[in-house]
Amino acid sequence: MRIPCPLCGDRDRREYYFGGAALTRPAADADAQAWDDYIHNRDNPAGVSREFWQHEGGCGAWLVVTRDTVSHAVIAVARTKEAQA
Amino acid sequence: MTVSAPFSALRILKEGLTGNTGWTRHWRDPAPKAAYDAIVIGGGGHGLATAYYLAKNHGLTNVAVLEKGHLGSGNIGRNTTIVRANYFLPGNSEFYSHSLKLWEGMEADLNYNVMHSQRGLINLFHSDGQRDAFVRRGNAMINQGDDAILLDRDGVRAILPYLDFDNTRFPIFGGLLHPRGGTARHDAVAWGYARGADRRGVDLIQNCEVTGIDIADGRVTGVQTTRGAIAAPKVAIVVAGRSSQVAAMAGLRLPIESHVLQAFVTEGLKPVINHVISFGMGHFYISQSDKGGLVFGGDIDFYPSYASRGNLPMIEHVMEAGMTLMPMIGRARVLRSWGGIMDMSPDGSPIIDKSPIDGLFLNCGWNYGGFKAVPASGYCLAHLMATGQPHPVAAGFRLDRFATGRGIIDEEGTGSQHNLH
Amino acid sequence: MRLSTGGLIDRARPVTFSFDGVTHRGFAGDTLASALIGDGVRVVARSFKYHRPRGILTTGSAEPNALVTLGTGAAQDPNARATMVELTEGLAARSQNAWPSLRFDLLAANDLFAPFLGAGFYYKTFMWPRAFWEKVYEPAIRRAAGLGALSGLPDLDDHERVQAFCDLLVIGGGPAGLMAALTAARAGADVILCDEDSVLGGRLLLETHTVADQTGAEWAAGVANELACLPNVRVMTRTAVVGAYDHGTYAALETLGPDAIRRGAPRAAFWRIVARRAILAAGALERPIAFRNNDRPGVMLAGAVRGYVNRWAVSPGRQVAVFGNNDDAHRTAADLLAAGVHVAALIDARAAAKTDLPIRFFAGAVVEDCMGRTGVEAITIRTPKGTERLQVDTLAVSGGWNPMVHLTCHMNGRPDWRDDIAAFVPRVGAVPGLTTAGACHGAMSTHAALAQGQQAALDALADLGLTAAPDLLPSAEDAPCRITPLWAVPGKGRAWLDFQNDVTVKDVQMAATEGYQSVEHMKRYTTQGMAPDQGKTSNVAALAVLADATGRGIPQTGTTTFRPPFVPVPIAAMGSGGQGAGFAPERFTTSHLASIRRNAPMIAAGLWWRPSYFPAPGETNWRQSCDREVGYVRNAVGICDVSTLGKIELQGRDVGALLDLVYTNTFSTLAPSKVRYGLMLREDGHVMDDGTTARLEPDRWVMTTTTSAAGLVMRHLEFCAQVLRPDMDVSVASVTEQWAQFSIAGPNARALLTALIPGFAPLPFMGCGTVTVAGIAARLFRISFSGEEAYEIAVPARYGAALFGRLVERAEAMGGGAYGLEALNVLRLEKGFITHAEIHGRTTAFDIGMQGMLAKKDCIGKAASQRPGLMDPARERLVGLKPAGAVKMLTAGAHLFAKDAPATREHAAGYVTSVGFSPSLGHFIGLAFLKHGPDRRGEVIRMVDHLRQIETLCEVCDPVFFDKDGARARG
Repeated sequence: MRIPCPLCGDRDRREYYFGGAALTRPAADADAQAWDDYIHNRDNPAGVSREFWQHEGGCGAWLVVTRDTVSHAVIAVARTKEAQA
Repeated sequence: MTVSAPFSALRILKEGLTGNTGWTRHWRDPAPKAAYDAIVIGGGGHGLATAYYLAKNHGLTNVAVLEKGHLGSGNIGRNTTIVRANYFLPGNSEFYSHSLKLWEGMEADLNYNVMHSQRGLINLFHSDGQRDAFVRRGNAMINQGDDAILLDRDGVRAILPYLDFDNTRFPIFGGLLHPRGGTARHDAVAWGYARGADRRGVDLIQNCEVTGIDIADGRVTGVQTTRGAIAAPKVAIVVAGRSSQVAAMAGLRLPIESHVLQAFVTEGLKPVINHVISFGMGHFYISQSDKGGLVFGGDIDFYPSYASRGNLPMIEHVMEAGMTLMPMIGRARVLRSWGGIMDMSPDGSPIIDKSPIDGLFLNCGWNYGGFKAVPASGYCLAHLMATGQPHPVAAGFRLDRFATGRGIIDEEGTGSQHNLH
Repeated sequence: MRLSTGGLIDRARPVTFSFDGVTHRGFAGDTLASALIGDGVRVVARSFKYHRPRGILTTGSAEPNALVTLGTGAAQDPNARATMVELTEGLAARSQNAWPSLRFDLLAANDLFAPFLGAGFYYKTFMWPRAFWEKVYEPAIRRAAGLGALSGLPDLDDHERVQAFCDLLVIGGGPAGLMAALTAARAGADVILCDEDSVLGGRLLLETHTVADQTGAEWAAGVANELACLPNVRVMTRTAVVGAYDHGTYAALETLGPDAIRRGAPRAAFWRIVARRAILAAGALERPIAFRNNDRPGVMLAGAVRGYVNRWAVSPGRQVAVFGNNDDAHRTAADLLAAGVHVAALIDARAAAKTDLPIRFFAGAVVEDCMGRTGVEAITIRTPKGTERLQVDTLAVSGGWNPMVHLTCHMNGRPDWRDDIAAFVPRVGAVPGLTTAGACHGAMSTHAALAQGQQAALDALADLGLTAAPDLLPSAEDAPCRITPLWAVPGKGRAWLDFQNDVTVKDVQMAATEGYQSVEHMKRYTTQGMAPDQGKTSNVAALAVLADATGRGIPQTGTTTFRPPFVPVPIAAMGSGGQGAGFAPERFTTSHLASIRRNAPMIAAGLWWRPSYFPAPGETNWRQSCDREVGYVRNAVGICDVSTLGKIELQGRDVGALLDLVYTNTFSTLAPSKVRYGLMLREDGHVMDDGTTARLEPDRWVMTTTTSAAGLVMRHLEFCAQVLRPDMDVSVASVTEQWAQFSIAGPNARALLTALIPGFAPLPFMGCGTVTVAGIAARLFRISFSGEEAYEIAVPARYGAALFGRLVERAEAMGGGAYGLEALNVLRLEKGFITHAEIHGRTTAFDIGMQGMLAKKDCIGKAASQRPGLMDPARERLVGLKPAGAVKMLTAGAHLFAKDAPATREHAAGYVTSVGFSPSLGHFIGLAFLKHGPDRRGEVIRMVDHLRQIETLCEVCDPVFFDKDGARARG
């Protein structure tokens, strides 16, 4: 499995760390349901999924990877610093 | 319905002498009825066991198991067949202890040999800190009434002389032996429960995919399937690997993330590994099947997947772990690798509970632990469905424990990051 | 029987080898299988279940029967395919799964009991008495099962893993693969061509076809030569591509040849090949036809018979009958005749079949039975006119060909059924970037293979942005594929499908009768296709029999799933490098050698090695050393290498604000040159880690983490900085390896530093600054993990060893010295400081009594930590323990109970996390988690360690045992 890093190019999965579904952290005063949804509950799609990955063994960039969980096809990759989270 | 004679050596002898013409179907192939008292979605190990215990323990026989493919086509046939009761946290402890007892009576109960082999499981440890953690575990097992023995390095060497005690990256300090731990023939568990449920009148309906869950006024009323609508006042979702998708049909968003866990088997070899060995530092566990294949596995691939297949990084890591721990397996050839889709829950422990919709029950989140749980999972879900109350040994598996923080059962201590369990 | 002429063997180089201790002769270029056939050996193995005698069936890696053991001792290699073993001088092969011998195998008695041993019989018996399963039945089954044996000794041979990249990977070096590789290579693409065989050519080596008016072998050799001369081509023979994985990644197993191994090459190499495009040209596998006793030695696939005759100049027999349902049967008879072998009969199941060959010919006929216990002696055929018995010693069988679709199914693709060739073919696009060509695409003629290979290469080149003009195709035969499906000859008796697992037609029919009608059920119930050959020669026939038994068609029945690896791969190859210490990196501190010189036992702390203690002369156990080292710190000065703690440097305007998010307590208010202790939560409200962070300068900070959590915290900080707060000006870098850091702890610490550092000005407690030591700029922190006045000094790692030596020397002169992890642990226990024994991932700030550290601001984990279940007073919370009974010992991992409660799960109230003997206090002390813990101080409770058989009473106390007000550290 390979993921194209926007900074480093096409790299092996070994260089990456999967960092969970690309969710937005609730505001500090959000209600308990919002936090439960953020921390625990997941859409967990069988299909296209937006996820955080870090190019940990490379440039260290955190990425938003749009990926198909059935075919493993990588559809889009962007740095979190640039992506609309 | 005719129920054929029980299986036995005598029957095999009789059939063998008369041309084996008397064998009949182990379960019927019924068409779905319009309505049942209860529907179990999912004809895997857990679903079939649920149906079996609904019929056996609670007299509920007007039950259908709906399976989109063939019976036992999910993780019940894609695991490393380990059966153990070596958990240490309340909630898990009593549940897996109960499950192991059901395993121990399974052949007699089902009249089907699932080849449950209590050959002993050894968890290795490699430092004082790990030893203390395993001592805590072993003491919890004994508190629960199960068995555990602490082995020092020489004790491990006496029973596993082929481990690398001299050069391995993580020197072996000792091990925790769970004598009643072992393995079973995975498919046979599904088939045994299927046959048992069928003989008690449960309809096992294959090639019947659930496409919708009917809800009226906050109550479940039945399901839509590729073979038509089927009504029932009680419906259980028992579809680990697809839990999020089926629950979404009822508008539920579960604390589940799906990951692939790979496993491997070698060509058949004469007996060489006589226990189940677990090497935590390498996330590696191995046993040898009765057919002679070394069956082993590692950790999940660490990315969400529904693909039932994995990738090379974890494969190679598992092989490396095998080579550092027991280099004598180097010449064994890996014959087949496969991947199962795991329901990973936030604390690594399962959910057997009512859902927010009346009459709709959930059984999911089995993480790595589904196979050994099959009997108790079915037993306890059947109890919940029949009585409306959680069975005491499964009372910890509540859906709301994440929202409330009460009774989180995090054996690995890695927390709610789904990808870390 | 060796033919007097022909073949691709080197008759000038005879080779001597042995099988089961008997010496045989072959030639260079032989495989073990061809040499055995050449020397007239027929029985080479016993079958898995019935222990029936078995002979060689194929020429390739799909061989189900001829599995042998090579080598002895640590080099013992079970289950080697005789058909793939290159013959070398002195090769010693042994048969397996037979006792006492291959000729006389006691377990052959199983065959007599076959009526009782049908599919799944074991699910129906062995259930009584229960205790007999583990003790009697299972051991007997296990001993009978299995094939070869491992030696039980560590594998000492070298293996290797290699990574390669290419534009185009061509899998298979037959006509299609060669044409594809040649086309792409001439166009300038980076090409890797893999083939399982030791020689390129594929079936061209086994047939008499001509290509471009040369023999097939000559044409293949010519192409191989051209490819070998091209710098953009890597030809890998003896290399099986075993798996297709995501995004163009392929796994391949290269088995090095005997010559290379002799020169020191590894035994095998496991390749990861990343290819932009791939062409699968793996050919097709011939399949047998099932009939009664079709597993006798001497029954061989027709294509294999041709292969042995044509490539190796050996004939499996002197009186050969050929039986088939397609034109290959005729081709086989012709090749045998051309080689001078007597063909007793050609039996074609097709009623309309014709032949011009001068042999007995039966159209519309089938073989019904095969006689001869250890080898074919006769066959019975049923013709339209009746049955006839023929005396033959060999039967060549062709049931048609199955394209090698395996790799195209590795990503869950399913093959499609084609009626015209009665076979499954790959589904287009099943593996992204991979196309198929030649026989594996269902094109069975040589011409079609060449044409498809060329076209597949041109398509791939276009995808790669390379252009090429197609060369003129070499001329080759283009015979049509004519076949009428025949899977099993109806009749009595047992007809084998899976030779390796002894699965018969009856077994499959029985499975269907008993309701195991899905192809997966049939497979798993009968074990069809689950043996080492994974049913390569038998699966399709088995599912055809199932389709027949259930009244479904073959396409509706479907196939089981083909999974990697395509051929079995040694664990040693895939896991090479993992053996011994290679499994994980080892991290060494700069004081490592000094510690070893002082005879310190080194213990693993994560990936690091750290000294446990430093034994002094006369000490006989570790406790003496530990107590002495604790004394250094409490009474003089101790030196400890703490470099393994994670060190993370943070720079930028917003570091303080980011740390406010990361830590529960506030850091933005920390003044430069000050250090603060911080507690970090995971977002789920549980403790992630703790440590100190120093503000060296206004925009320059350095954080320490625990040893085990260094990587985790680093990643977490990057997450917070890049994902949660990309607006902040913060840069983060791990500097753990860059700095060697030592703790100088004890009442004499200040004096030591004063003497060491010119102009040393004592730092205030929790102060930091830069100093110069021996001319080296160093960082100095006044922090304490021992409760004494203590400093940590950090120097660039290259000075670590020197500084450690100097510090220890000075400490020793002051009545102290180096201390190790054991003393470190006792010192922190005496102070009630926590480590990952306590913050093990399940504890909250509330549990460890640090809920007061949650400041009035947002931080990671704050919201979740407010959940009611995480603030329940009944939770297990941190306490100290001291012995209060006759047994004065505490043990970590023991459980806690109320004084009079039974030691059962229902009454479990907590557990001990850390213990140590405190020389300062003169007794054991421990940390524990106890329900309602802090509210139970003074209570005497019961500690039970079932495993170590230790039970005692102990008193619940404050976790801080020593110098409760901390005056010593503040000094």
